[in-house]
This record gives sequence, structure tokens and C-alpha cells, in this order.
Amino acid sequence: MTTTNGVASLRLISDEIDGFDLSPSDTEEVHVLAVDDSFVDRKVIERLLTISSCKVTAVDSGRRALQFLGLDEEQSINGFDGLKVDLIITDYCMPGMTGYELLKKIKDSSALREIPVVIMSSENILARIDRCLEDGAEDFIVKPVKLSDVKRIKDYLTRDVNLGNEGRGINKRKARESCDLSSSPPSVITSSSSPSSPSSPFRSPSILSSSAPCSPPSTLDSPTSRLKMTISD
Amino acid sequence: MEVGQMQRRLLEYTKSLFMEGVLDNQFLQLQQLQDESNPDFVAEVVSLFFADSERLLNDLTRALDQPTIDFKMVDSHVHQLKGSSSSIGAERIKNACVAFRNFCEEQNIEGCMSCLQQVKQEYCLVKNKLETLFRMEQQIVAAGGSIPMMELSF
Repeated sequence: MTTTNGVASLRLISDEIDGFDLSPSDTEEVHVLAVDDSFVDRKVIERLLTISSCKVTAVDSGRRALQFLGLDEEQSINGFDGLKVDLIITDYCMPGMTGYELLKKIKDSSALREIPVVIMSSENILARIDRCLEDGAEDFIVKPVKLSDVKRIKDYLTRDVNLGNEGRGINKRKARESCDLSSSPPSVITSSSSPSSPSSPFRSPSILSSSAPCSPPSTLDSPTSRLKMTISD
Repeated sequence: MEVGQMQRRLLEYTKSLFMEGVLDNQFLQLQQLQDESNPDFVAEVVSLFFADSERLLNDLTRALDQPTIDFKMVDSHVHQLKGSSSSIGAERIKNACVAFRNFCEEQNIEGCMSCLQQVKQEYCLVKNKLETLFRMEQQIVAAGGSIPMMELSF
């Protein structure tokens, strides 16, 4: 199969499907399906992923996500098995189908269960995090999502491809550690941190101003107070 | 006013928003996602936020105006508002939402009413401040300058 043939047939399909942002599946680039009912969050996650060199398809519900993956019986798209998706990142709290329910449906499907699923939530609830991880989620990100979160996920995703499943266990532990430590200040990192809880005291930042044009995204790509660090950091 | 002066003013203004807790680090994260290929990213996200917030504030006003208040629904709206304000770095609105949710849990009508007022005030504040910020950025660009980026360290 040549790439050009793949692209041509995908374009034909994309004409029939409404509301999806389809891009040709590229074996080199990570294709992420992002699911979030919030306009604002969808726009942000889309940009975070794009700037991290991922192809993104963003949908607003679990139902739409399943349709896109070719799993929804009621509105199955004829002859469409679903485009290759390397990662699903979904919000937890959504009307209709929650991110957790979406996770279960994906893990229950023989066709889709190998796709890593990451859950995002604004609420740092240990029981919730544990349940998601135990039921097959790859990782759990506490919102607001940062560039470092996306980078971390992308890093172990591409590492996973090379190393098999070895990377996954480590990150599950890290997610748990990070939520235990979420309220503690950064011990090692002295660069920017964000208050993950409302009770954190307001800090007096020392702000360095710069008259240079926009610096590249990687300059702010530093671990936050949640200490979610990858091995490579 | 020449460009350098405008840039300094912008940085001072932005700095003040952080000092006052109106914006937090997440806003800086968004700015880092803006570049030549996406020069209006922050403004676009903020516009979405304004539209979303106004809708939610209307819904909240209506929901708290009912003879019997559905606190679950009120909480759901506040949760959404908290989420989106957190995503753009609007710290004070986010904090006001946290207090609001506590009152929802207690089913405390007066507490909720008071929080609604608080959230509305914080929303107006951040809206004004951000509109001013964008105006200042536009003036710089119109004068041929580039928008300076802030770096924040704690």
C-alpha cells in the first residue's frame, strides 16, 4: 500500500463525514483523538497536541469518539473501520457518556483495546484516578493541561512503540505519585509552577520581562508542582 | 508613544495582572502556544471563554431564580465555568467557582446568590483586563513591533 493511495481513499471518505477534522493517516506522526465537551478545552488541547507534532482529531462527546473509531452500532459509517488512532485523550466529566465510560467501551472492544487512553480531569480525586488506571487508562492528567503533560505522554507513547509495554507500568505509578504529591511545592524544580489547588498561598513571582519576540514553546516546557516527570527529565 | 515604550507598558500591565492574581501560569502556557502560524491563538481561546462564560452566567442566573432550585444543575454549570477559567488561567474566577460549589453542596441559597455576584464581578474584571491587554498588543503590532513574551519564575 502506498501512502498516496491511502490519502486518496481517505479524502473520499472525508467528504461524506460531517463534523470530523480528518487528516491523512501518517505512520510517522502520532494521531490523537481528543474528546472534550468544553469548547475552550478542546481548542487548547488541539493546539497543545499540534504544537507537539501530533495529528489531532477533536470531538465533543464520547458518542462522537466511538463513531469516529467505527464502534457505534447505531450510526455506523458504511465501510469505514475507523482511522488509525495512536492515542485517545478524553475528559472525564462529560454529559451523556463520561470519559470513564468511554474508556470501558474502548477496553471492552477487541478492535480498540490496544489504543492507549489518557483521562483528563479538573478534579484531583484519588479514587477516581485509581479506578481509571485500574480499568486500563494509560495515564491521568489533572487539568489544566500543560505542554509538559502532552510532551510526557507523547514521549512514552513513542517509547512504548519501541519498548513494548514496559513503559506503561512506570507511568501508572508516576501518575499515582503525582496525585499524592499534588499539594506539595516543587522540591527540585525551581522554575514556574502552577497552583493546582485553590488553597495554595499566592506567591510573589519575580518576573523577568523580555522585549524579544515570542520564545519557542520548549522554554516553558518544565515540570509543574505535580512532579509528573518522565525518566528523560 | 514609540514601540519600546508600548512594549514596556504591556509587560508592566501583564505583570500587574499576575500580581493581582487575575491571571495565573496557565495564561502564560497559552501565550507560549502562540506563534507566527497561530498569531491569534490566545485571543481566540479567550473569545471562546467569554462566549462560554456569558452563556453559563446567564444559565446560572436563571437557575437561581427558580422557585425550586436544582442545585445539581447549578453545580454542573459552575463546574464548567471553573474548568474553562482554569484552562485559560483566570485564577480569580476559578477560585470564586470553588467557593460557589461548596455552597451548592450545602444547598445554601444565599451563599450561592452571593457567589454568583462574586463570579460575575470577577468575570467583568478579567474581561476588561484582557480586552485592555489585547488592545495594547494590537497597538504594538500596528506600530510595527512584536509582542514581548514574559517569563515567570517563582
